[in-house]
Amino acid sequence: MINDSGGVFETTTGRGWGVFSVELLIESIIFGVLLGCFYCAVSIGLSVAFGLIDVPHIAHPAFLVLAAYCVYILNDTWGIDPLLAGVLITPLFFLFGIVVYRLYHAMFEKRGSDAAVRGIAFFFGVAFIIEVLIILQFGVDQRSVTAPYIGKSWRILEMRIPIRQIVAFVVAVSLTLALTLYLSRTFTGRAIRAVAQDEGALRLLGADPIRIKTWAFGLATAILGIAGALLIVVAPVEPTLDRAYIGRTFCVVVMAGLGSMSGTLVAAIILGVAESVVLTSFGASWAPAISFSLLLAVLAVRPQGLFGR
Amino acid sequence: MTSKFRTTRRRVLQGAVAVGAITSAPSMFSIAHAQQQSLKIGLSMPQTGGLAAGGRASQLGLEIWRDDINAKGGLLGRKVELVIYDDKSSAAESPAIYAKLLDVDKVDLIFAPYGTVQTAPILPLAKQRGMVLIGNFAFQVNAKVGHDMWFNIAPWGPADSWASAFLDLGQKAGGKTLAVLASDQEFSQNVAKAAKDVAAKRGIQVVFEQNYPPTTVEFAGIIRSLKAAKPDMVYVTSYPPDSAGILRAVNEIGVGDNVKIFGGGMVGVQFSAVMENLGSLLNGVTNFNSWLPEPSMFFDGTKEFFEKYSKRAIEAKVDPLGYYLAPFGYAQGQLIEQAVNAAKSVDQKAIAKHLRENELKTIVGPITFAADGERKESATLMAQYRGVTDKNLDQFRTVGKQVILLPERLKSGELVTPFEALRK
Repeated sequence: MINDSGGVFETTTGRGWGVFSVELLIESIIFGVLLGCFYCAVSIGLSVAFGLIDVPHIAHPAFLVLAAYCVYILNDTWGIDPLLAGVLITPLFFLFGIVVYRLYHAMFEKRGSDAAVRGIAFFFGVAFIIEVLIILQFGVDQRSVTAPYIGKSWRILEMRIPIRQIVAFVVAVSLTLALTLYLSRTFTGRAIRAVAQDEGALRLLGADPIRIKTWAFGLATAILGIAGALLIVVAPVEPTLDRAYIGRTFCVVVMAGLGSMSGTLVAAIILGVAESVVLTSFGASWAPAISFSLLLAVLAVRPQGLFGR
Repeated sequence: MTSKFRTTRRRVLQGAVAVGAITSAPSMFSIAHAQQQSLKIGLSMPQTGGLAAGGRASQLGLEIWRDDINAKGGLLGRKVELVIYDDKSSAAESPAIYAKLLDVDKVDLIFAPYGTVQTAPILPLAKQRGMVLIGNFAFQVNAKVGHDMWFNIAPWGPADSWASAFLDLGQKAGGKTLAVLASDQEFSQNVAKAAKDVAAKRGIQVVFEQNYPPTTVEFAGIIRSLKAAKPDMVYVTSYPPDSAGILRAVNEIGVGDNVKIFGGGMVGVQFSAVMENLGSLLNGVTNFNSWLPEPSMFFDGTKEFFEKYSKRAIEAKVDPLGYYLAPFGYAQGQLIEQAVNAAKSVDQKAIAKHLRENELKTIVGPITFAADGERKESATLMAQYRGVTDKNLDQFRTVGKQVILLPERLKSGELVTPFEALRK
């Protein structure tokens, strides 16, 4: 329907209606790309853990929230910049990842073929413990950090883009680039991809697949240090926030095709843009349904994912 | 070997029984003594779970009243004892707790927990047992149950009073169009629906309406669409996790100079932790509240109450300001104090009669009840945040940070428009 104000379309849906113009469409696409980059940053660790080394890491979003709280402590106590704090906690998270993987391996993976199913229960338990520990320590209140780039925006013509979203964009692209280079150019990186392709062949070459997988899982967890910093930069965190991300992160990784880093970035951007455009045109209530509709559509056409191995 | 072991075990058991008897004797004696002496008030309270922050502050308010009344010699010459169980913020817990309070603990009076969801299932029980139930901030729970001994301490009043007050202010400032942004869960939807009904009655055009799921983490897109609709008034009914995200996005994207009033039904921005966290993002927002440290809000005993509360809140690690709920916890006690003294017994009908027919004096002001057990006249405050700075909790103790715009009798200032003017 054309409105009196000239060239403005009004779309009416069952529950809500928004005004939809070309200008708004362009804005929502730009915003979707930025949102997608943020989704990529929080999913890329899972792309390594689940996509490359087949660990059913349900606790990934819980680790992410834990990292955000660690960043909060550093920012609140010593006023350290959240992104720097994220980098500072990566060694700790690397060690944490190694311990968790070793436990998982000893208790489940080593014991047989149904490791994945029982592993889900294990990681669900780990996620639950993390959530409870955070509540015991910090309570149920929201926590947020302060930094010069939070709460401000850049003005481009009539458009205002939150700087925190631009930070997310830069970090996500750098992480994807760094991981892609690491996995293709370095010896360990190639070994991680080899484990993903054929564990037996790697063993025949004299390499220890468990060591490689431990390293990879440590790396996937270490990345969460930086992703957790982004999480708390983009929005305040609370202990049960992991539940909001579990669907989105798995959707991005599966849609990308297991194990593809650049695929993760593309899939996350597709998801971000789709969510953003749907939100602007049909309403926010429809946005969460988008991730799973897209996933189903992709799996129906390309079961191996967009960039699957 | 076996017989020696048996002997040893018997001796150990005998010893344990003896020790148990000795240690439990004084406590059994004290229970018997207390049962004879004390007047018991039973309730559940969310001490854990999502409502815990509010529940613990509310409980501290009530405990301060208990200590005050006991220092004065108790009620009917009996010491007042509170029997409180944690309902974990869950509606599944509260019915069993109240059945236990009435049948096992044999309490004399019952109070409702803080929270609409846990209160709703216990109202029918109170009605069936013929018990007076003093409500604690539940929203419109008695509308369908129709218990004539329900008295809600909350300042809400009639169901549409929040929306009416908000739109009164907006229209007075020249607002003609409305945007409604609501969280997709029951409480927020009810409050938003009331606003849309009032708007329809007054012929206010709703130019934007958006429900967002509680899992929404990014609000910039929603605020961008809202801004494009160019509303004069923006009514937001959000829950604590979303309020911060919305206000942050508003700061970044802006809502436009035509917005005269923004807020209304945001839950969470009344709590110390959230207020300190949001800081200057709150400026300009006009929102509902229950008690604020403006000069018009001080009645007999209010100042003394907050002096005690501030000290004890630090020890109890609860909300350091406690404005939203704690004084009402104290006032719940004051209601029962006046009614029991007038009835000279704990006869439920006599207590209900006194509460229904009289104006009651409390630290949150005089209270009279309507037939449905809600306030006859709404005392819900619409207040505007002004001059708030970041990371400073103590600023909220001073006058003028949250200026009361309505109701008229408690007013401490006028609405400043446009909304964005206070955020620059």
